[in-house]
Amino acid sequence: MRITQGTFSYLPDLTDEEISRQVEYALGHGWAVSVEFTDDPHPRNDYWQMWGLPMFDLPAPDAVLYEVNECRRAYPEHYVRVNAYDAGYGRQTTALSFIVQRPAVEPGYRLDRTEGSDRRIRFAVHPYALDRPRGDRYGQDPAS
Amino acid sequence: MSDSGRWGAGVIPYAEMGYWQPDYEPKDSDVLAAFRVTPQPGVPPEEAGAAVAGESSTATWTVVWTDRLTSYEQYQAKCYRVEAVPGQEGQYIVYIAYSLDLFEEGSIANLTSSIIGNVFGFKALRALRLEDMRIPSHYVKTFQGPAHGIVMEREYLNKYGRPLLGATVKPKLGLSARNYGRVVYEALRGGLDFTKDDENINSQPFMRWRDRFLYCMEAVNLAQAETGEIKGHYLNVTAATMEEMYERAEFARELGSVIVMIDLTVGYTAIQSMAKWSRRNGMLLHLHRAGHSTYTRQKAHGVSFRVIAKWMRLAGVDHIHAGTVVGKLEGDPNSVRGFYDVLRLGRVPADPVRGLYFEQDWASMPGVMPVASGGIHAGQMHELLHYLGEDVVLQFGGGTIGHPMGIAAGAAANRVALEAMIKARNEGRDFLAEGRDILRSAARHSNELDMALGTWGDITFTYESTDTPDVVATPTTN
Repeated sequence: MRITQGTFSYLPDLTDEEISRQVEYALGHGWAVSVEFTDDPHPRNDYWQMWGLPMFDLPAPDAVLYEVNECRRAYPEHYVRVNAYDAGYGRQTTALSFIVQRPAVEPGYRLDRTEGSDRRIRFAVHPYALDRPRGDRYGQDPAS
Repeated sequence: MSDSGRWGAGVIPYAEMGYWQPDYEPKDSDVLAAFRVTPQPGVPPEEAGAAVAGESSTATWTVVWTDRLTSYEQYQAKCYRVEAVPGQEGQYIVYIAYSLDLFEEGSIANLTSSIIGNVFGFKALRALRLEDMRIPSHYVKTFQGPAHGIVMEREYLNKYGRPLLGATVKPKLGLSARNYGRVVYEALRGGLDFTKDDENINSQPFMRWRDRFLYCMEAVNLAQAETGEIKGHYLNVTAATMEEMYERAEFARELGSVIVMIDLTVGYTAIQSMAKWSRRNGMLLHLHRAGHSTYTRQKAHGVSFRVIAKWMRLAGVDHIHAGTVVGKLEGDPNSVRGFYDVLRLGRVPADPVRGLYFEQDWASMPGVMPVASGGIHAGQMHELLHYLGEDVVLQFGGGTIGHPMGIAAGAAANRVALEAMIKARNEGRDFLAEGRDILRSAARHSNELDMALGTWGDITFTYESTDTPDVVATPTTN
């Protein structure tokens, strides 16, 4: 399966050139750009690990591309995403967030059901990868 | 006029009772209203404006001595400006200022009972329309506002940088709960963020609410597990009584839904109650504007939707249907843009081209997510993004469910079209002019989109709008 979080998951994976152009758009708005990675793709996992701090006031997208590739090198079997953050008054939230790397195999999620009374069912989404410890979920990474 | 004249028993013109005050300077704390009046023949526009001010505040048809037991100058609404509408013989825009003292804090019911309570049936007017209102910050701050608002909704759903996608389950009447849930499942797993009950899906013999909720939530959870994304279905909790609405909403919450829905027909007080419930219970609140066209559509009489939009932002909904421009339902582009501004911006500048008569400062009240629904399809994605922007839910009902390859394929087509358009926009392309090319090249890696464009690519709904702004050049009558 292919998890479809992020702004561009229904398109073919973005090339580095295409990533740069999205980052340029973000920088043009004065947004800070950050790189994050995880091996826990639960839809409610809000806090992916930060690959360094958000980058403020960048003049050009090169530094972001550099960090994306460093993160990919360290964690080739993790999800990696690029976020743009709008600190503008009234927003102060993420403005754009898209996946730039996926593990080679995405096993997806199990749906657990607990039957209750009155036909009620409690559901829980469980990423198969979480059955293994962090760092060992999609194969060994150099940095894990 | 001498005091004895003003207070003698009998009937005198409203203008002479203090309701026409051309020198009045509105205060920052006044509630302001712009009405379009069509006076009966022989009624001067200033008198008509004064009558509206009078009948929507302290006046009755005759002089009453008991006014003199009050500081009536404070409580009288003041008509302070009258302008002829260019090109519309016999129509005038009258501006009226109301003291903040006239209104109960945080009550849409009270605000509306005052402003539109009696005056619309007034015989001296042939027609009357409330065009716009300025709600002062002092009054804004007495309302809860959206249960969550646009920013919190996006963070809650973990969806950024693009409009959200939805679909209304069709056919809207007659499906059993199990079949209904199938449509929800297919649409969500295919790529939509939300599906929706229609306004008239409540709890009918063919599908009772509790059964619908159970099957829909199974569908939502399955789709979440298949995509790794947060999904939602607007469970319509509209019912005959407040008690039943709470019961349904609580059940939706227990089942883990992220959102519930109500119809405008439940009334302002019920909407405010549900907004408070929704904030307390962490649920998004979707409002369908069922019935609004009975009073918003005709230009000479009724209440403009921009006013309804302001009331609903105060009342505290998170979503409201606000027009598509390009779809099957009424919506002039400038007016719709005005509605979207009213719902989304923090400070909305006056802009007669968009039908906005006053500046409106929302005093940090979060924005409402507008919903575009009714006769839209993937082939219009460039126009939708151009007219409606990014903070909007685009709802493709027929445009998802009617896809020849199935519902999930219809959903995927919409999602591919949307993401391709956002990507092109961000890359700096002129996406409105190049829209068709962008969609065609996206369709090269998506059979679903290719098929959607083949089916609906050329469908448009181009009829003239009934409700259009017309006061760009407004000479004053006096």
